[in-house]
Amino acid sequence: MPTLMTTPAAGRFGGFGGRFVPESLVPACDALAAAFSGAWADPAFRAELGDLLAVYAGRPTPLTPARNLSAALGVELLLKREDLAHTGSHKINNVLGQALLARRMGKRRILAETGAGQHGVAAATAAALLGLEATVFMGERDIERQQLNVLRMTTLGATVVPVTTGSRTLKDATNEAMRAWVADVDDAHFLLGSVGGPHPYPWMVRELQRVIGDEARSQSPYVPDVVVACVGGGSNAAGTFAGFADTPARLVGVEAAGGAAMSSGRPGVVHGARSMVLQDADGQVAEAASIAAGLDYPGIGPEHAFLGSVGRAEYHCVKDDEVVAAVRRLARAEGIICALESAHAVAWVLREAGGPLLPTGSRVLLTLSGRGDKDMATLGEVA
Amino acid sequence: MKLLVPYLTAGVTENWIDYLLAMQAAGADAVEIGLPFSDPMLDGVTIQQASDQALARGVTIDSILAEIKGVPVRVPLIAFTYANLVFRPGADEFCRRLAEAGFRGLIVPDLPLDEAASVEAAAASHGIELTLLVAPVTPDDRLAEIVARSRGYIYAVSRMGTTGERDALASSAATLAARIKAAQAARIDAASALPVLVGFGVSGPAQAAEAGRAGDGVVIGSALMRRVLDGATPADLEAEVRALRAALDRADQEATADHASHAEISGHRG
Ligand SMILES: Cc1ncc(COP(=O)(O)O)c(C=O)c1O
Repeated sequence: MPTLMTTPAAGRFGGFGGRFVPESLVPACDALAAAFSGAWADPAFRAELGDLLAVYAGRPTPLTPARNLSAALGVELLLKREDLAHTGSHKINNVLGQALLARRMGKRRILAETGAGQHGVAAATAAALLGLEATVFMGERDIERQQLNVLRMTTLGATVVPVTTGSRTLKDATNEAMRAWVADVDDAHFLLGSVGGPHPYPWMVRELQRVIGDEARSQSPYVPDVVVACVGGGSNAAGTFAGFADTPARLVGVEAAGGAAMSSGRPGVVHGARSMVLQDADGQVAEAASIAAGLDYPGIGPEHAFLGSVGRAEYHCVKDDEVVAAVRRLARAEGIICALESAHAVAWVLREAGGPLLPTGSRVLLTLSGRGDKDMATLGEVA
Repeated sequence: MKLLVPYLTAGVTENWIDYLLAMQAAGADAVEIGLPFSDPMLDGVTIQQASDQALARGVTIDSILAEIKGVPVRVPLIAFTYANLVFRPGADEFCRRLAEAGFRGLIVPDLPLDEAASVEAAAASHGIELTLLVAPVTPDDRLAEIVARSRGYIYAVSRMGTTGERDALASSAATLAARIKAAQAARIDAASALPVLVGFGVSGPAQAAEAGRAGDGVVIGSALMRRVLDGATPADLEAEVRALRAALDRADQEATADHASHAEISGHRG
């Protein structure tokens, strides 16, 4: 068994990962890997980040027992409350780390891609705090369905660039951010929002998100039977799993049925890494389709592809209607309105509780990656 | 002689083969055939549009290769495409299909040196030349390794940025071409050094001439594809390519004349 969720040699997770970028970006990726290695080993950097996470982002986030749902479902459900972190999702953990790193590297600007806008908002927030200029690329379709977050980003002083190519969602926003990075690689840091992309991103973003799993592990009164999180690119899941990879807990990632890279994809290279990708017989990348903008993505981080391939983690998917129902059920049972993305994890628990995948009496720790304010308009449109 | 290598997105229009023949008739030394990819990360708007248009027409790699196979092309064809299309059928199978369709070379812009080994081996076994790219930021030791491992040509990426038309040739183009030339000269096989092609954002005859002076030739993509997208006929495109050819040839003659007069002067001294 390979050592799980440690520093990957040359950015490789088994046969996945790597660095499939234009030659123009290779020196920048090398410099970033070296800078992050240095910073992560530097107690002063860790202390500065730890302080920001505590006094600015509101960490540690609580671990809340979902008492009413637990009673109704016959499982013991604990919620790791990333929805309560500043800006409303786990994305703040990653951006504070990367923005500090960007400043340490002498960069003036950050470039970011966003789907649901949560990463864009977090990036704009960190940029405002640390005096960096922020440009956020967002698909036109996502701009329409996540208006609130667009307004938050511009209020924070970021420039939001609409992306009109392809499916006009996260995949295309990521292409555009990478193009912009090639043209401005000296001045700009590409602040990637998930555990995809070329080395060092999958490793770096997982390390910056492992605070979720580490906290949850120490907060939980027991090692849970099942640890579950939603998966778009897979950063909140990777951060959560990192805290439990060396325990007997089952690790479960839940994808959108319309963006299920693990269940329906094949190995491929997109956005700089080899991973699982939804694609056709020629290798043209397929367009995902999910009600949750943050999971509307045809790929997944390479470490998940690896964890899935060796059987350490399992990946399942849920459909849009199950997700909508899960938002409502959690809201009414527990008084918590979660994001459509996070509701994928909830929907899986609701569907499987009492069945063979999640037998009655199971102890489940679920990462609630974000809050649902941004999704109220979308929810209002579905019956 | 300076090399002129125009680029054409395969399948961009129904009559795209006519553009290929027009390029050949206008004096292209080779043609880069873009195999359209859904996510062309290193391409600017023009080639993105051309790729989208081709894919929307329903072309596939098979349909493109089948169309090319029957065409009387004399000039070498070089496929330009992204890593996922190469790896999807497997590098070996992909290169076999290229060779079968008559291709001479392959360029994969998101396949840097460090990830290239399996494709290099597959290409070599099918007689396909895998051309590697050098960027303005490539450090000297990497540049030397790229020079050693590239086949067919050495591709000098003229600027930090995507493909696409620009008002002026970046100063990084000449600097980079000179660095590649110096690395080639330092090698034991300097006499058989591969041609250095300057590409990415080279637009119009004047820039082509300038880029041609810097290296051994130019690749011109977006400037031509823009015309195709705007409705240029194959005859229109042939005229465009002839103008590029003429500008390159003039630049070459001037350089040769220059060279000759330098030689005379130095001959005088000697
Ligand atoms: C609340 C929330 N959860 C999850 C995601 C998906 O990202 P990841 O899979 O990287 O955690 C997003 C992305 O936008 C999000 O906003």
